[in-house]
Amino acid sequence: MKRVAVLGATRGMGRALARRFAERGDFVAVLGRGDDEVKRSVADLEARGVPGTRVVGVPCDLEQPESFKPALEAAEQRLDGLDTVVVTAGAFATQEQLERDPALAAKVLTVDFANTVLFCEEARKKLLMRGGGTLCAFSSVAGDRGRSPVVMYGAAKAGLSAYLEGLDHKYRREGLVTVCVKPGFVRTGMTDGLKTPPFAGEPEDVAQVVLEAIDAGTPVVYAPPVWRAVMTAIKAMPRFVMRRVKF
Amino acid sequence: MTDSRIEGWGRTAVQGKELQPDNLEQTPPVLFRGLGRSYGDSSLPPSANPVVVNTTRANRMLAFDGSTGLLRAEAGLSLLDLNRTLLPRGWFVPVTPGTQFVTLGGAVAADVHGKNHHVDGCFGAHVRRLKMRVADGRVLECGPDLERELFLATVGGMGLTGQILEVEFPMVRIPTPWIWQESERVSDIDEYVEKLKEAAPKWPMTVGWIDCLTPGKHMGRGILMKGRWAHSHEAPSRFPSEPPNVAFPIEAPEWLLNPLSIRAFNFAFYWKHLPRTMSGIVSPFSFFWPLDFVKGWNRMYGRRGFTQYQCVLPNEAGPGAARRFLDVLTRRGGASFLCVIKDCGPESAALLSFPRPGISVALDIAIRNDTQALVDELNEHVLKEGGRIYLAKDTFTRPEHFHAMEPRLPRFLEVREKWDPQHRFRSAQSVRLFGDAP
Repeated sequence: MKRVAVLGATRGMGRALARRFAERGDFVAVLGRGDDEVKRSVADLEARGVPGTRVVGVPCDLEQPESFKPALEAAEQRLDGLDTVVVTAGAFATQEQLERDPALAAKVLTVDFANTVLFCEEARKKLLMRGGGTLCAFSSVAGDRGRSPVVMYGAAKAGLSAYLEGLDHKYRREGLVTVCVKPGFVRTGMTDGLKTPPFAGEPEDVAQVVLEAIDAGTPVVYAPPVWRAVMTAIKAMPRFVMRRVKF
Repeated sequence: MTDSRIEGWGRTAVQGKELQPDNLEQTPPVLFRGLGRSYGDSSLPPSANPVVVNTTRANRMLAFDGSTGLLRAEAGLSLLDLNRTLLPRGWFVPVTPGTQFVTLGGAVAADVHGKNHHVDGCFGAHVRRLKMRVADGRVLECGPDLERELFLATVGGMGLTGQILEVEFPMVRIPTPWIWQESERVSDIDEYVEKLKEAAPKWPMTVGWIDCLTPGKHMGRGILMKGRWAHSHEAPSRFPSEPPNVAFPIEAPEWLLNPLSIRAFNFAFYWKHLPRTMSGIVSPFSFFWPLDFVKGWNRMYGRRGFTQYQCVLPNEAGPGAARRFLDVLTRRGGASFLCVIKDCGPESAALLSFPRPGISVALDIAIRNDTQALVDELNEHVLKEGGRIYLAKDTFTRPEHFHAMEPRLPRFLEVREKWDPQHRFRSAQSVRLFGDAP
């Protein structure tokens, strides 16, 4: 049985993943912002979880780094331990929006890179202090290669992926397992309103893949898995082709 | 955000915006839509303001009492999700329609019925509380004993009275997740209706399929299915497995469904049931939701899609009502792939709830150039018999026909007027039938 904190469990892929944990009896701390949203998600996991599952709600906001440490401490305390930390939260805006609005760009870059890394650092320290554990963060296929529709978002996610790989190299022997999830296009509130490309996935499919990766300690996982092949093809494209194509 | 195609299940469509937020805290005052399984235009936005809110991401359970079964959940929770979670623990919804791809909000708005209607009534009869956002922005609770008028207009009200945010109702304890089914081959429509009525007091669930192509003596021959939850000594101890999903592979060409192929299907379906009666344990998936495992089966009807015609012929119409209806249909050459017949129990207090005591007939009709004329003719016949149609299925009914069928309509419109005088919550269907501004 795991004791898991999920930052972002109130919606999207985090919600689907937290349900998987609770449905098999893992203890879950819902980390998120908005008291009511957190409360609703806790209720949902309690109703769905196997009887006896412990679910707690802890306020935490990826835009506020000072909330990270207290949140992880509260989660650890109220779950009587902590061995897995997941962060699915993040911010998204289209490249056009980011180019138009530098304040928005600053926010997305900060949240998706700097603040996510800072959160992971708190989680790393906490897990290592406890003798190890699993840290799973949601990066993106957008970080695999610079592409015109996701110039800035992709750059932030590329940074995050690099950080997670470094973390894996440095700390795995000390017992910290790092799982870097690279979702492709997934239909969630975050992608609402965007044109759906081929190979789009559902949060539930992603949750299953991620659950297995966390159990197995897979360092990099694409979800849905078909995106590994898609990205391999995209990474192999020469620059003069990438300049022409729209993705 | 660009406009996209928003479809009803029968594939009738409008161009518009379908918002799909993670929660329903801040939504514009427009029509809510769930999984889009209503066949016609009830879940489509009006053309002048083509925006609709899809509720399916608001799918959290908010409270479940494991001793009484009382459940409260966000309106976008689907029966599929609910069954996956609670069926293994021995709980079932009090009423299920023929598909699991229905949200709780949709089940309330259409006041869905199922195979147990003659015993348990519609879904809305089991609802204790609704949390709603009404036109002036207020969020309030209603139920059979609280804001009763709003509640009765909302159940079966097709989303036109306000936005349904949360639904509270009791789940039902079941002895096992398996069904004991008895099915019977019946040689004509009169015998079918008689057997259906005979079965009603003995069986909590009944439904059946008939062949509506064979004219004359064997008109309406079919298979009648009766079921109840299996007891633990008769059922397998394992949990029934969900059938594997297959997707209907293509948008079928229009010629695929023709009188000949439909006749062949109906012939095979009837004679597959070779013994006169058959009985045994069946899985709830095949009993309740036989078509759910074919994803996108509506593509079978090609680009133009189809409409479902469902009416109830009241007991007051006297004996032979079902035969008279089939006469009109076959004379008109109306070919339906599936014709589902079921008896209905008492009428609900909800103002626009569809069922009333009598026989419900449902036909799937591929859309052709003469579909409007066919529906008109069927409606005129149903009107003469004192019956009515089901809004959740309808695309073609004319307002004058609907108004004549529904003496309850003025009362509904009056309540709606009180809560939403500007008709913020309107649909393509309410524009067509109730004269709302487009």
